[in-house]
Amino acid sequence: MKPPAFGYRLAESIPQALETYAELDGEAVWLAGGHSIVPALALRLQAPGVLIDISRLPELAGIALTGDGLRIGATTTHAEILSHPLVRAHAPMLAEAAQFVAHPAIRNRATFGGNLALADPASEFPAVARCLGAVFDIVGLEGAREVAAEDFFLDLFTTAIAPGEILRSILIPPQPAGALMRFDELARRHGDFAMVGAAVRLNPDGGLIADARIYFHSVGPMPMRARAAEAALAGRPLSPATIQAARQALPQDLDPADDASLPGATRLHLAGVLLGRILTHLVPRITENAA
Amino acid sequence: MKVTVEMVVNGEEVAELIEPRMTLADFLRDRLRLTGTHVGCEMGVCGACLVMLDGKPVHGCLVLAVQAAGATVQTIEGLSESGAIADLQAAFHDRNALQCGYCTPGMMMTAHRLLQEQPRPDRTEIRTALSGNYCRCTGYEAIVDAIAATADARAASRAAGGAE
Repeated sequence: MKPPAFGYRLAESIPQALETYAELDGEAVWLAGGHSIVPALALRLQAPGVLIDISRLPELAGIALTGDGLRIGATTTHAEILSHPLVRAHAPMLAEAAQFVAHPAIRNRATFGGNLALADPASEFPAVARCLGAVFDIVGLEGAREVAAEDFFLDLFTTAIAPGEILRSILIPPQPAGALMRFDELARRHGDFAMVGAAVRLNPDGGLIADARIYFHSVGPMPMRARAAEAALAGRPLSPATIQAARQALPQDLDPADDASLPGATRLHLAGVLLGRILTHLVPRITENAA
Repeated sequence: MKVTVEMVVNGEEVAELIEPRMTLADFLRDRLRLTGTHVGCEMGVCGACLVMLDGKPVHGCLVLAVQAAGATVQTIEGLSESGAIADLQAAFHDRNALQCGYCTPGMMMTAHRLLQEQPRPDRTEIRTALSGNYCRCTGYEAIVDAIAATADARAASRAAGGAE
């Protein structure tokens, strides 16, 4: 279908964009890459009065290494996340996940910030952002504020960004030295929405796992932390028995609902299969680490 | 509300007064009569509307024309007339890699970009690159064949050129 008619304003600065949004009094929606809002308009799921185009604001662009970590501008495209040398060096799990996000042409235009602000529970980046402890830099008329990843994703398609605020950048703090990280997912075909996906970070200490962070997507209303599975790994060697224990703990962490595409029980089973694959993949790396 | 947008399409500067809701695909088709860009799902799934925006394939149905202001756009007409994909088009023809042809312009965009970035893709890489292009006629096998054959022929041509 064709979108309903709407107005368009090209933002020239962040303060001007914020003021324009406030003046329009609930009529406006932000537009950047447009890869969530434009299909929603075409399907007539949304009918805003005005789109405020923030795609050309320089403050939202670019990737830079700072003293606090890797700062990624919100309008960075998925293709840049996939291939940028700084992301590959300092947040490789993001680049690893980006290859699973949609298809090449989508990745050329869709933005990292837009993906996180949408908070689609089936999307990869929110789970990775939580696993890496990302910090969200949000600006509004009252100034800028920082929100930790643990407090950013609130519910289905719901984040801590208030109406009228803009997600400006995302900070990926330095990861612990020697941390082992892996993202993987199970999808029917490459680029399709995943049946389940997971971001895992293990901190090794000698041959043991000091602590683990495990986040799943597509198994709940937002990226889901698997605390019982993490506890099953902590302080243990990464052995087949430990991996099995982590898998067996998952029903305490996840309770995916039945939906049109899969029964919840199938999704839970697949989460266990995926966790087993990811942890098994990391076994040789933790062994190297101990040696 | 109408806005004037200017951009360069297939090497020509164009300016049109449009509604902000007009997508780039509709702009190219309805205003510029470049009907080689096809509109399928209009929600970024089928890949029939792919065009080159500043040198990279994007979905014409997901980019508002007003957002392409100042950009350089290349459609299948421009790419075809440039001769840059003549061998790819011939390979599709030879291998019967199209039937109704509706998906073919989008396939050309994806294949052209893939071969620029990765001159010798294997069949898995070709399939992965094509994962966002739907063909409902041919079953993809012939399309993968045609792209692989083009990659092989270009590699052979480069090798022959290098030997001279």
